[in-house]
Amino acid sequence: MVTSNRFRQFWPFLALLALFAVSAVLFPAVRDNAASFLEGAFGGRRNFNFYSTLSRASLIIGMAMSVLVSFRAGLINIGGEGQLVLGGLTAALVGAYLDAPPLVVWPVALFAAMLAGSLWAMLAGWFDRIAGVPLVVGSLLLNYPAVLFASYMVSHPFRDIASGITQSHRIARELRLPRFEATLLDYGIYLIVLVIVLVIFFERRSVFGYRLRMQGFSLPFARSSGFPVGRIYFQTLAISGAIAGVVGFIAVFGINHRYVDGMLVLPLYSWTGVIAVLLAGMVSWLVPLTGLFFAALGTGAVGIERAADIPREAAQIIQALIILFAAGIGHGLISRNTKGDG
Amino acid sequence: MLFDSALLESIPRFVTPLLLAALAGAICHRASVFNIALEGMMLIGAFCAVAGAYGSGTWLGGLGLAMLFGGLAGLAYSWFSIRRGGDDIVVSIGMNFLAIGATIFMLRLLFGTRGQFDDPGIIAVPKVPLPFLDAVPVLSNLLNDQSLLFWIGLMMTFAISYLLYRHRFGLRLRAAGENPEALQTAGLSPERTRTVAVVISGVLCGLAGAQLSISNVTLFTENMSAGRGWIAVVIVLMCNGRPLWVLPTAVLFGLVEALGFRIQGLGLPQQFTDALPYVLALLVLAIVLGRKKYLA
Repeated sequence: MVTSNRFRQFWPFLALLALFAVSAVLFPAVRDNAASFLEGAFGGRRNFNFYSTLSRASLIIGMAMSVLVSFRAGLINIGGEGQLVLGGLTAALVGAYLDAPPLVVWPVALFAAMLAGSLWAMLAGWFDRIAGVPLVVGSLLLNYPAVLFASYMVSHPFRDIASGITQSHRIARELRLPRFEATLLDYGIYLIVLVIVLVIFFERRSVFGYRLRMQGFSLPFARSSGFPVGRIYFQTLAISGAIAGVVGFIAVFGINHRYVDGMLVLPLYSWTGVIAVLLAGMVSWLVPLTGLFFAALGTGAVGIERAADIPREAAQIIQALIILFAAGIGHGLISRNTKGDG
Repeated sequence: MLFDSALLESIPRFVTPLLLAALAGAICHRASVFNIALEGMMLIGAFCAVAGAYGSGTWLGGLGLAMLFGGLAGLAYSWFSIRRGGDDIVVSIGMNFLAIGATIFMLRLLFGTRGQFDDPGIIAVPKVPLPFLDAVPVLSNLLNDQSLLFWIGLMMTFAISYLLYRHRFGLRLRAAGENPEALQTAGLSPERTRTVAVVISGVLCGLAGAQLSISNVTLFTENMSAGRGWIAVVIVLMCNGRPLWVLPTAVLFGLVEALGFRIQGLGLPQQFTDALPYVLALLVLAIVLGRKKYLA
């Protein structure tokens, strides 16, 4: 359950907000930047930028949900990037080459993307359980072959050569996920909302979720209670990878309409998802909020960059500092006893 | 011909960053600090080396700034993880994230550019000529005219081995890893010992980054460490933090990288050769740790 203790890690975040507020009052330059930050994150004509923030947030929150499932079970799966990229690539190829009506292509592409993400996550699990490579190292190392493989696929066999960019062919117009009117936000966000609801529900209210959490808190307890520890381990990774696949599907069908080399890696969706989970202290219903916060930080920084020429990476620095300060406060973010032997 | 003189000459330049970063990881490993922020610390080192060499107009300035900020990154790491009790993995993720953001931010701020910064004003670390090797065929290719950092890396291997096994501080460092209570009983602080270990590892990572940015090339590109810090982590795990084992393992991975670079010239897609070290790292680690797992 959520205790007041859980919220201690929001202190650095609150301190930062207070710092912004005070400096905004004291210094006019900061006030201007704050205005352009808010404009960039939420403003624009008819709140156009707010919808862009939501669109970015949907991907970050999706990745955060994927990470949350693993972390909750004590599995440090930081290979979300590879799972996301393979999901996105698979979805893009199905979308570009399966000639069928949307109601056929969407489920097929979604399922294929989820399968690709799942298998990649389970491969990391296989290395951990069978070969003894710690999951944190194995899952991370698997990112590189996945990203490079996707890069190869769209720069050689499946490249849209005419475009001159390393990207796959565009999916047909009727296959794109519809967008809300006059915004860049697509209906993929409904899928993310569904994922959020399902994850929160299963994590807190189902037997599987209970076992998953107990395994995360104390592996010996899970073992001695007779949980099928090994099976839960792989099921957790499979779900985690599948959610990453969903995010890849949305990025392709809703936003880019094809796979562009680097499109899922450079915005650091996966890593931002990880830190959103860490800031939320792994409390599932807080994760969408922290994800939204980090997305707003990112798009707001773009607004500041436009207005005041402060590099947008300022947002990344702030995010990193929040996590570093939160790490010292939220003890047992990842319970120690599950870290060693799996 | 795959194993020609050009390949031999390129090996040390691939080995050096892995060697220095893996030594950095080994020190932390022995003090039981699971430092997987090597990647980020290297990136900081690479950027500061370019900034220092460009700003001061000397390569020593580059190395100095890289070591300084590498050490500071180590200090920051130890403050967040040891002093404030943050989880090693969380702090490492934060540090790596910080390194990517901060280097791009400073690249924009100091040099007003995005993506890459190169300038004739960046002074490279000198190469060490060994004239007496001129007549020896293979050794000359391997060792002659290599970067000073390569030799520093070699010396560091033995220096750190000496430090760990033959020096009082090394004994304390290993005690901090294996039996912190004993260290405490002896009136010493495991926390302080670990802090020193992490700072040393930061300085070494700074040098590893400098090898990337001001040795064979003189430029900085965004995210230039490109996963080498993770290969270093793998080397540390494979060698269980023993410095004298780190050297041959780093040479193995450096050789693979050099070979990949070479094969690329023969027309194989770049993505495959780039993925080679990571796939190999995973497989070798699986074999080494798997053996341990099943034989134990």
